[in-house]
Amino acid sequence: MSAGAAGRDRAEIRPRASGLARRRGVSVVMVTLTCIAAAIAVVPLLVILGYLLKQGAGALSLDFFTSMPKPVGEEGGGMANAIVGTLMLLGIASMVGLPVGIGAGLYLAERRGTRLANLVRFLADVLNGLPSIVMGIFAWQFLVRPFGHFSALAGGAAIGAMMIPLVTRTTEEMVRTVPQSLREAALALGYPRWRTSLQIVLRTALGGIVTGVLVAVARVAGETAPLLFTAFGNSFWSTNLGQPIAALPLQIFTYAISPYDDWHELAWAGALVLIALVLVISLVARVVTRARHGGGHD
Amino acid sequence: MTAAPEMGPVPDRRRHGRIDVEHFEFWYGKSQSLFDLNLQITPRAVTAFIGPSGCGKSTFLRSINRLNELIPGARRAGMIRLDGENIYQQGMDVVTLRQRVGMVFQRWNPFPKSIYDNVAYGPRINASPSRQELDVVVESALRRAALWDEVKDRLRESALALSGGQQQRLCIARALANDPEVLLLDEPASALDPSATQKIEELVYELKRELTIVIVTHNLQQAARISDRTAFFYLGRLVEMEDTQRLFTSPREERTEAYITGRFG
Repeated sequence: MSAGAAGRDRAEIRPRASGLARRRGVSVVMVTLTCIAAAIAVVPLLVILGYLLKQGAGALSLDFFTSMPKPVGEEGGGMANAIVGTLMLLGIASMVGLPVGIGAGLYLAERRGTRLANLVRFLADVLNGLPSIVMGIFAWQFLVRPFGHFSALAGGAAIGAMMIPLVTRTTEEMVRTVPQSLREAALALGYPRWRTSLQIVLRTALGGIVTGVLVAVARVAGETAPLLFTAFGNSFWSTNLGQPIAALPLQIFTYAISPYDDWHELAWAGALVLIALVLVISLVARVVTRARHGGGHD
Repeated sequence: MTAAPEMGPVPDRRRHGRIDVEHFEFWYGKSQSLFDLNLQITPRAVTAFIGPSGCGKSTFLRSINRLNELIPGARRAGMIRLDGENIYQQGMDVVTLRQRVGMVFQRWNPFPKSIYDNVAYGPRINASPSRQELDVVVESALRRAALWDEVKDRLRESALALSGGQQQRLCIARALANDPEVLLLDEPASALDPSATQKIEELVYELKRELTIVIVTHNLQQAARISDRTAFFYLGRLVEMEDTQRLFTSPREERTEAYITGRFG
């Protein structure tokens, strides 16, 4: 190679190198900015957690989990009925929301592009944005009024209906990530379409769906508005599905708007328990996902 | 080959895996991708489909097990007969058809399951065998795919832990477990290194004693090495189909010669 050619090469490289330095600079700035944004995103959660711990931890004791609410003026008391009530409501909600949500999501993903799928997807998004108070009124109209009394079933159904769009869309997203080649593999082995969808596609996507379901459960666990006109709340122990039932968010609401200081303290403790419940569900979701990815076979 | 592959279950002699194609045409939506195909695929032999990308050879391959019909807007005309039976006729069960016509894809696609479960998938739903029967079928299929010796001590491990070449042979074993008459291979070795490719080719050579093999390949040397008959496709039409040796040494058509000598494609 002649000296002239080498010189030309160097002349070409130099501006590129300075461009590189500039791009590196921009990159560092952008990474820093996104990093700050990410940090700010978790600040509200940390502040809430910290404040709840400060305010609510004092009222937390074994008593809180095992005993019933006490009348005003009496010391102590807990939310045992509300904790059980919330768990029962979530159970009912799951029975309503999961089969419909997972089934609909599978349909949306496996039959994408059909007119019905597009319509259902749009409506699911609308339903997702529906104010929860509207869902409560709706459930009251159709599940409370005809029976003449509030009930756990109506409350569970109301928050179950709220789970449907959440579960539908996560299921759809997860099922869509299953590679087409896996479907073809199953079909080419002589699997009928429905079996391919259920056994191959749904199973492959199951980890993600379970995570999505738990996120949906955690999301509706704290819903208050739909329960106001449906589950109604109950100061007494009740596990009767046909009767009003206590729930953590309702109990927190009742205690928080009361004029009594010790009830306020219990409301804080209830909020702490509620957020802990949500956190635990989210953690379980993560663990489940990881376990699914680790195992090779069923 | 490390071990002589054991013969699988005795093939039903009435089923030869002969394929006759008459006036077959295919459309994706409005665009026609296959035009008036007429050909016979010889039973118990290897037929290679060659041709430039987009010439329709994969489309045609996927028509033989009716995998194409899942694509929205897909439409076809004409007839494909498997051992005399029109596979598109009313009453032809597509599930049965796909058990009789196995398929292996370019990109290996084992299920995210154990090696054993992958091979057992077909027989499990198609025959509901007992535990012992299933063990026999799985071992036999893995032996026929020349994979048994490499995986026999780790059948319960994830299939995804295998190397690419092993995963592809696992996919072949998975197809063989259904005891098909025809095996469709869609560029089975194009993403594999030379030694893994060689294993696949040796396997194809062994398997043709038992079943009809159709292989789509972009690798002309591969077609020349392993196939008995070769079909050259161009722009959705079958240009020429001949004994492989004759097609590569003295093609009748000028376009075939241009393609195999590398002047286009």
